[in-house]
Amino acid sequence: MRAETRIGFILLLTPLVLWLGLLIVIPHIDMALISLRERISFGVYEPSLAQYEKALTEPLYLRTFGRTAVMSVLATAITLLVAFPVAYYIAKMAKGRLQQVLFLLCLIPFYVSELVRTFGWMILLRETGLISSLMQWVGLADQPVEMLYNDAAMMVGLVYTSMLFMVVPLVTTLESLDDSVIEAGYDLGGNGWSVLREIIIPHAMPGVVSGCIVVFMLSLGNYLTPTMLGGKDSLWFTEMIYNQFIVRSNWELGAAFGFMLLVLSSAIVWGMLRLTGRTLQETMG
Amino acid sequence: MIPTIPQSRAFRLAYGGYVALFFLYLALPLTVVAVFAFNDSQFPSLPWEGFTWNWFFGNERPQIGVFHERGILRAVGTSVLVAGCVAVLSVCVGTTNAFLFNRYEFRGKGLLYVLMLLPLVIPGIVLGISILLFSSTLANGIWDMAEIDVQAFRPGLLLVVLGQFSFITTIATLVISARLQKFDRTLEEAALNLGATRLTAVRTITLPFLAPAMIGAVVVAFLMSFENFNTTLMLVGSDAPLTIAMFDRLKEGSTPLLNAVSLLLMLGSSLLALVVILFQRRS
Repeated sequence: MRAETRIGFILLLTPLVLWLGLLIVIPHIDMALISLRERISFGVYEPSLAQYEKALTEPLYLRTFGRTAVMSVLATAITLLVAFPVAYYIAKMAKGRLQQVLFLLCLIPFYVSELVRTFGWMILLRETGLISSLMQWVGLADQPVEMLYNDAAMMVGLVYTSMLFMVVPLVTTLESLDDSVIEAGYDLGGNGWSVLREIIIPHAMPGVVSGCIVVFMLSLGNYLTPTMLGGKDSLWFTEMIYNQFIVRSNWELGAAFGFMLLVLSSAIVWGMLRLTGRTLQETMG
Repeated sequence: MIPTIPQSRAFRLAYGGYVALFFLYLALPLTVVAVFAFNDSQFPSLPWEGFTWNWFFGNERPQIGVFHERGILRAVGTSVLVAGCVAVLSVCVGTTNAFLFNRYEFRGKGLLYVLMLLPLVIPGIVLGISILLFSSTLANGIWDMAEIDVQAFRPGLLLVVLGQFSFITTIATLVISARLQKFDRTLEEAALNLGATRLTAVRTITLPFLAPAMIGAVVVAFLMSFENFNTTLMLVGSDAPLTIAMFDRLKEGSTPLLNAVSLLLMLGSSLLALVVILFQRRS
């Protein structure tokens, strides 16, 4: 490199290294180190695996961890199932202006804060809420029905919150599928089902993978929806992290929880990328 | 299953019905929030007690409107301040990152690129606690060495800005990189041939070309920061941004005041979103 380009290179590299180093890499190393120590007395710490031992032997912690993972996978699957037909409709069935309008309608709700969306579901689902009143009015129930604070309500909220991140990549990949390929499938004797299985889904796979990764991440790391819509039994792992940090001030255990969440999410993202033979750059970039 | 392939009437109806139901599902919560902002009652729920503007403009108890509620106004101010800082910072760093990855080949480029993407796959809460822990480690270290308490490293607005900046920069980088890749470098070379220095060429040719993406990134970063909850929750001090202030009120029980704030938020962010879309279509 010439001297001039070298200076330019260093000037451009510095902000990147400062950002990633000081805000991503070093804080995470620090978090790992803190999770690997135990408080002996005031201001005295000793390296130990006690936090992880506690996290892995206490049934409540372990159960919450497993539940959060399973529920997040479930939320991702439901989001995919709900979003796919809609994305297909927008990409292939709707034409021209209708297509643009439908796509925009999908985007608009997500420019609104997650808090507002959750609040909307609370108004709809709670005991004095709209759906409960409607059911009484129709005659389906003779007293107020509480539909909030259970897993189903939480699932509705989780699916709602991450819908956009599934619809957009699906529409983008499905749009790039040429109509004539689908027609060819039918000409060669395929029916709706076999065309879907042999042509449309394989083509949409990149969109499915990136959608699933993002939705899974968002569900796993969600705090608001499980707190506001979920019940006493639907404790979410992020709530436990928050409790350790803010309520109990047990930062060592909280750091261990944080690290477990990070490992879980990285493992599943990595697994999905491996399974489909794609790289993070292709999926995110 | 495309318009040119005939399908049975029943199937088309069912499919259309499903899509309509989906959009109803999307619209329902937001509509309810908006409508109950005008309910003349203490609760955002049925029965409907009549139409009122009090939750926006009212200045008497028990119906104090948004524009007279100091706590909410202050929280909006805090959010705007934080979002402004985050937007400017992340777009600056995003631009330098885009140039770095677009113009230079160097060892470890692939690794740095993956590292740059990582903040998107780290849960927001984990980003928040790692920065909280590191800044406390720093603050405690400084205290032990020099007995100076650095308030800036304790939970508060600086940490909120840094926490949001740490992942919004990735998004800004991706947005700006996408446009920089479309740039025709011969234009820059032409400027150099005509006697411009490298810096002048970038300033007069490349940056104007990038401007739409940079403005788009500013708006996106602003919105993401304004709405951020998870990272902010872990780093917030005594000055709460709007999402945190609303969350605290929502936990205590809600009045239509929150609906009014939400409606204004919806209008504000859709307006910004429309501006971005129109702007991008024009360029």
